[in-house]
Amino acid sequence: MTAPGRPAGATGDGTTFLGMPATAPPGVGHLRGDEPFPAAARRALGDAQLRRNLRHATTTIRDKSGAVIGEVPDWQELRAAGRAIKTDTMARLPELLEQLAAAVTAAGGTVHWAADAVEANRIVADLVRATGADRVMKVKSMATQEIGLNEALEAAGIEPVETDLAELIVQLGRDKPSHILVPAIHRNRAEIREIFLREMPGVDPGLTDEPAALAAAARRHLRETFLSTRVAVSGANFAVAETGTVAVVESEGNGRMCLTLPETLITVMGIEKVIPTWRDLEVFLQLLPRASTGERMNPYTSMWTGVTPGDGPQQVHLVLLDNGRSAVLADEVGRQALHCIRCSACLNVCPVYERTGGHAYGSVYPGPIGAVLSPQLTGVADNASLPYASSLCGACYDACPVMIDIPSILVHLRAEAPHPRAEAATMAAAAYTMDHPALYAAAQRGARLARLAGPRGRGLPPPLSGWTASRDLPAPPPQTFREWWVER
Amino acid sequence: MRIALFVTCLADTLFPEAAKATVRLLERLGHEVVFPEDQTCCGQMHVNTGYPDEALRLVRRHVRVFAPYDVVVAPSGSCVGSVRHQHATVARRAGDERLASRAEEVGARTHELSELLVDVLGLTDVGAYFPHRVTYHPTCHSLRMIRVGDKPLRLLRAVRGLELVELPQAEQCCGFGGTFAVKNADTSTAMLADKMRNVLATRADVCTAGDASCLMHIGGGLSRLRAGVRTVHLAEILASTEADARGAGRDAAGVAR
Repeated sequence: MTAPGRPAGATGDGTTFLGMPATAPPGVGHLRGDEPFPAAARRALGDAQLRRNLRHATTTIRDKSGAVIGEVPDWQELRAAGRAIKTDTMARLPELLEQLAAAVTAAGGTVHWAADAVEANRIVADLVRATGADRVMKVKSMATQEIGLNEALEAAGIEPVETDLAELIVQLGRDKPSHILVPAIHRNRAEIREIFLREMPGVDPGLTDEPAALAAAARRHLRETFLSTRVAVSGANFAVAETGTVAVVESEGNGRMCLTLPETLITVMGIEKVIPTWRDLEVFLQLLPRASTGERMNPYTSMWTGVTPGDGPQQVHLVLLDNGRSAVLADEVGRQALHCIRCSACLNVCPVYERTGGHAYGSVYPGPIGAVLSPQLTGVADNASLPYASSLCGACYDACPVMIDIPSILVHLRAEAPHPRAEAATMAAAAYTMDHPALYAAAQRGARLARLAGPRGRGLPPPLSGWTASRDLPAPPPQTFREWWVER
Repeated sequence: MRIALFVTCLADTLFPEAAKATVRLLERLGHEVVFPEDQTCCGQMHVNTGYPDEALRLVRRHVRVFAPYDVVVAPSGSCVGSVRHQHATVARRAGDERLASRAEEVGARTHELSELLVDVLGLTDVGAYFPHRVTYHPTCHSLRMIRVGDKPLRLLRAVRGLELVELPQAEQCCGFGGTFAVKNADTSTAMLADKMRNVLATRADVCTAGDASCLMHIGGGLSRLRAGVRTVHLAEILASTEADARGAGRDAAGVAR
């Protein structure tokens, strides 16, 4: 057990810690990719079906969300309120977590502190084992994907069953989620039908690719699970420190089944999900549905406070997960990434995400927020290409319902990233040259020598060949502006 | 009005016509343009590529060079954005609070061309003539960093002879992104392909914007495809007059090719 806001390995009582909080450990969970973003993106960009699926899905969500946001006259004030609540929360996170833990405990729940993915996985597996169950049903949750809980449970002989429709598609297809809100966004309905026909026990062989038919097939498949599974695992969208109430918002009702039917409910929650008061939910429950699914009101909002005798799960556990979050909190610029409410609006508006999809980011957190969150959770060196996976167009900042300045964090993290030696030398030389106008003017004249690289620059070496692979270089003008100015 | 030209290193070196057009336009409107010759580069490339410590000397130079002027103009939304939103951050990161506050002062007096014309000089009709079918790409930094809004469009609508056609999905990034274009060349190219598709769909013969950098990207792609559409900086369109068009030895509206 580790106290909140303290590094991994801390034991709490009376110990003084020096140095920075720990980042998420390697070898467990899904925060690190196998290859740098440009290489993974290159492959994804060549997949025409993926490109089409992503363009269609992101455009649809973007339009729907834009329309309902346009209906709210005080949207900008709501965003500012969301940011203010989150800023306040992060400023006193340890105190709020202790308040939350006390409230949950007082209401009959059990609180566990997990310093990292390894600890969290062990806690959950032990809790399931103690019930004697060999199967758990899961509510869609980013935190459990982050820590690789499904793999850890399988290793412990426990079968995890995803009940969110999109997560089920991903699980049945032995695939990885590629979007925070719509994990199977990279699949179209024809592909989903094929996965169901191949992997779903007892599926009707005459299944069509009509969305209603696909949903009905999943419903029949899951109903059996809901009625026969005694343990459920969920994440949390919010947890109210003041009351000890945990909240999950979802669109299908499958989450509600998992949260109400079983005997034991285990919730894994990132420590940044705490909010101070019940009243604060008012702000986020307006922001989240409009920014994420483009709905005016969230369809299924489940909230529970510890145990209610005779109603719902009688064993309620809350696992508070750090896994690098304290390290993020320690960075004055980067900490606002912890404000994220996982709406995925930034993914849907991102021109890079729309073309590469989520798998290219290597982490369960893709898109712009993933490009700032994953490198901070793991340490920038372990995800060094992600801060560069953006053209800094700024669409994410405008779309974020809690006003996270993602472009500024990207630029900040680029300064922390390890740089290629040749690039660093070139950049230092360029800065020196540009700080000496005479040298600078000479370099400008030298730019005309680029003609030597052949017509339109096609003979340039890497990395400049990255430009000329698809774009001509402008012909250098006969005279620079400053030469013209002197002559006129 | 006495206006200092912040030329930007890209326009100075590769796209001098955009800078010369800015000078011609402002002088035609009766203003005095000065060019502080010690200026070089604002350092945006260094900042956005992860080299704020190297950028510091360029920020210091920029602030020193432009501090004496009350009004500064640049033919670039991106470079103005860097001056206005990044310079103070770079200075603070280095612990130089005095430089940061001076950078903020210079930033507040620095205007992108359409901002200068519409907000400071109160103009939308600058007396230009440009008889072409034109589509306008709002560059990301002019749109979302310095928020020029529809100022460039208001200026273009007042240009005589110009047929303005709306660019589909105009607000999507063209994929330039500075060193993004080479570090993530494939993704950048995929974004460019969609931008070019939309430009070609307008059947415009000219694509314009307020940033030479994005135009270099879009124009480089269109040129590679031999698409028959050219890119022209907003300043060049606004500087064009009927007299230019009648001038011997120049093409239709005085725009150098």
